[in-house]
Amino acid sequence: MAKYDFVIAVGGAPGQGIDTVGKSMSQIFARHGLHVYTYSAYQSLIRGGHTFLTVRISSEPVANHGDEIDLIIALDRNSLEKHLPHVRPGGALIYNSDDVRKQAPERDDIQLCPISYKELTGDPDRKKRMLNICTFSVALNLVGGDLKVLEDIITLTFLKRKGQEVVDANIAAARAGYNYASEHFTPFDTKAEKREPALAFTEGNGAMAMGGAAAGVKFYCAYPMSPSTGVLHWMAAHARDLNIMVRQCEDEISVVNMVIGAAHAGCRAMCATSGGGFALMSEAIGSAGMMEIPIVVINVQRGGPSTGLPTKTEQGDLWQLLGASQGDFPKIIVAPTSIMDGFHTIPELFNLVDKFQCPGMVLSDLTLSMGFTTFEPDSINWQPEIDRGELITELGEMDGEYLRYQITGSGISPRALPGTPGHVHVVATDDHDEDGGLISDEFTNPHKRRDIMEKRQRKMDGIVELLPPPTLEGSEDAEVTLIGWGSTHGVISEAAQTLTEDGITTNHIQFKWLYPMDEDTVNEVLAKVGHAIIVECNYTGQFARFLRGETGFKADGHIRKYDGEPFMPHHIVDGARELLIGKTELYVPYQEIVV
Amino acid sequence: MAKKERPIQGAPTARDFKGDVNPDWCPGCGDFGVLNALQNAYAKIGRGNHDHLTVSGIGCSSNLPGFINTYGMHTLHGRSLAVATGAKLANHDLNVVVTGGDGDGYGIGGNHFIHTMRKNIDLLYIVMNNETYGLTIGQASPTTVIGEKTKSTPFGNIETPLNPVAMAIVSGATYVARAFSSEGKHLAELMYNGMQHKGFAFIDVISPCITWKDKGEFKIFDHWKERVNFLEDHDTSDKAAALEQAVKDGHETQLGLFYHDTSRPSLDQMEPVLENGPMAHQPLGVTPEQGSAIIQRMM
Repeated sequence: MAKYDFVIAVGGAPGQGIDTVGKSMSQIFARHGLHVYTYSAYQSLIRGGHTFLTVRISSEPVANHGDEIDLIIALDRNSLEKHLPHVRPGGALIYNSDDVRKQAPERDDIQLCPISYKELTGDPDRKKRMLNICTFSVALNLVGGDLKVLEDIITLTFLKRKGQEVVDANIAAARAGYNYASEHFTPFDTKAEKREPALAFTEGNGAMAMGGAAAGVKFYCAYPMSPSTGVLHWMAAHARDLNIMVRQCEDEISVVNMVIGAAHAGCRAMCATSGGGFALMSEAIGSAGMMEIPIVVINVQRGGPSTGLPTKTEQGDLWQLLGASQGDFPKIIVAPTSIMDGFHTIPELFNLVDKFQCPGMVLSDLTLSMGFTTFEPDSINWQPEIDRGELITELGEMDGEYLRYQITGSGISPRALPGTPGHVHVVATDDHDEDGGLISDEFTNPHKRRDIMEKRQRKMDGIVELLPPPTLEGSEDAEVTLIGWGSTHGVISEAAQTLTEDGITTNHIQFKWLYPMDEDTVNEVLAKVGHAIIVECNYTGQFARFLRGETGFKADGHIRKYDGEPFMPHHIVDGARELLIGKTELYVPYQEIVV
Repeated sequence: MAKKERPIQGAPTARDFKGDVNPDWCPGCGDFGVLNALQNAYAKIGRGNHDHLTVSGIGCSSNLPGFINTYGMHTLHGRSLAVATGAKLANHDLNVVVTGGDGDGYGIGGNHFIHTMRKNIDLLYIVMNNETYGLTIGQASPTTVIGEKTKSTPFGNIETPLNPVAMAIVSGATYVARAFSSEGKHLAELMYNGMQHKGFAFIDVISPCITWKDKGEFKIFDHWKERVNFLEDHDTSDKAAALEQAVKDGHETQLGLFYHDTSRPSLDQMEPVLENGPMAHQPLGVTPEQGSAIIQRMM
């Protein structure tokens, strides 16, 4: 079968059910066995405002929302007016003709597909509850999809909650739309044909929550904060089935301190927040470093500074994480490079923080966390390796007195859980001796301080040895090297491919494990770069400055976006071309689609 | 400050809970009485040293876990209740006791104070209330009285002090008491009963600071000894009566158990995920059956 690659966008108002459109669209095409990636551009409003969801459907795995929109579904008049120009020439626009008051939309290079909701459904309700179903079925007809798939999903969604009557009405609406489209509109040439196997789909936050569950998280707590709240929702929904303690707290300070308490008592414990909540957690993250308690904190970045852009994306918190909390202490920072990488990263990070008894931080962002992706059901490993490190849970044979912070060559001191006989000790946020005794106040002793500081920091040597260096993707002697970190892997990868196809050979380095960074191994990879361009979603080039500080590497050019919307592949392609001309070192792409 | 766990022979005594480090408090500090009472209360419970977890924040009184022979956590300033909540919900077999001062608990930790009570977490929270920030050398605290001159209020405090006992009653604590560090036996009994209580037990302990409160002829211990009275003829199950006692103005300060609600279950008792025992002892991860059920819902 030929490669299929198609983009549908849906515009509407929050409250029109558009919040579930991403899920529904993913489900429809996942059941066709097609890969899906969604991006939802939305606003921080519960009613009113505007939402624009982009769904890219492909026969191959897909990791960005693409450059062009083939088909737009306008669920309200606002979307119709706003997004008419955004359909690619040759594409189509589906809209509800009941919305049109004076002048029908005009464009002669696309197919306009008006449907009358009133006529198709008999207008059973003023809230147009079935408009989504009606328009989806028109879209499904245009892309040659299987109506039965939509009917199955309708039954699955409504039968238990709302009964047979609602199911029948929605199926009737779906059939009416589908049949109307057959009679009045011209389908696209390329078809969304069904393939095997059917795929599953997940939101990015859900993938990280699943990763936590698989890693053995037994304690999760959070304070609601966009765009991280999906992790809390997943955990709360699955708490009883999976036997996980899930709590909502009074603030993020409480969140992280509860996580520390639970981790100290023996649970794998995790929390997620966004930049503002993370700022409140900073002091406690240092305390986990000082008390040597393993925790995992997820920061789903949104546009900053301050309250910033609650519903928009950015990679602007790198330096916040690097600098989180006063003083020096071992810590790990990782930025998953795709939605499903979020699933795999959490168990990997838990094994590291358990082994090295330190805080681990995950840098996600709105693009990654609130996007949906499909995956093959069999690709999920629910039993990743779980390594709790040097943990003491029973009395056992004791070789003299137990020292919680015993000075060792690796810096790792065996950790006894409270409740274990024979190992009573105090952990302290003041600096302390090998046995936990305070060395501040009257006990202050510079030699002990030096020893314990060096013991803790020795753990960094062990961590850095275990973190895989980034790999160079593509040919080794490319003209251009695109460098990115975290969530942008998919979009940069596609840009590199496009540039190469256009005659500018381009390879790609994506950083996942950010801190600690090993200067030598990273420099070995960086030694092979072409015209090096660092691509990131922030104003000051946070990663570029960090990389230069750690390795001395100075990039030739930078592509930065800080308007709240994620990169599309052509933003990077255009930027690379511009930077190659050499007139500038910084390219800031223009965001064409404004929501 | 080594903490060697000595095997307890027979029934534990207060001596078994004495730490290896002598307290660094000023001689004459009220906190000595609190420490002593706590060692007695732990002993009376009858469990091993390792079955208790003493959690504190930062401040003079928060150094207490270092001076007592149980598992201990000396957490951040103001955060002891949040940390203790996490520890208790992770392993509710542990007897978790939280200690600290008025600045730590009512000031910087005020938000956690309210919400931990609201959630009725099964903890005993002992606040050594000395109405001052002692370790930062004597500024006004949330319980400093109006008119008092301190380093941060050199012309006299103009802010109304908060009423911890009344606050605890209305915030949802299910065991609320006030004690005086010089009344050791009374305090130890309140502590023991507070540990036995299923739910959030709170004791505001008047624990005077001689260093920052004694001024010339004025002796802070004498001041309190003249003022304290024991609650009498009071129905501890009557919330309105408890609140009435707590908000009484005047020269005298009532000691004793103000409120005791045995009807409301603690959070760990209400949480179905703890049915199989402490969270920290549960098998980790997701079984293949659970995994495929989750995937099914994602298709």
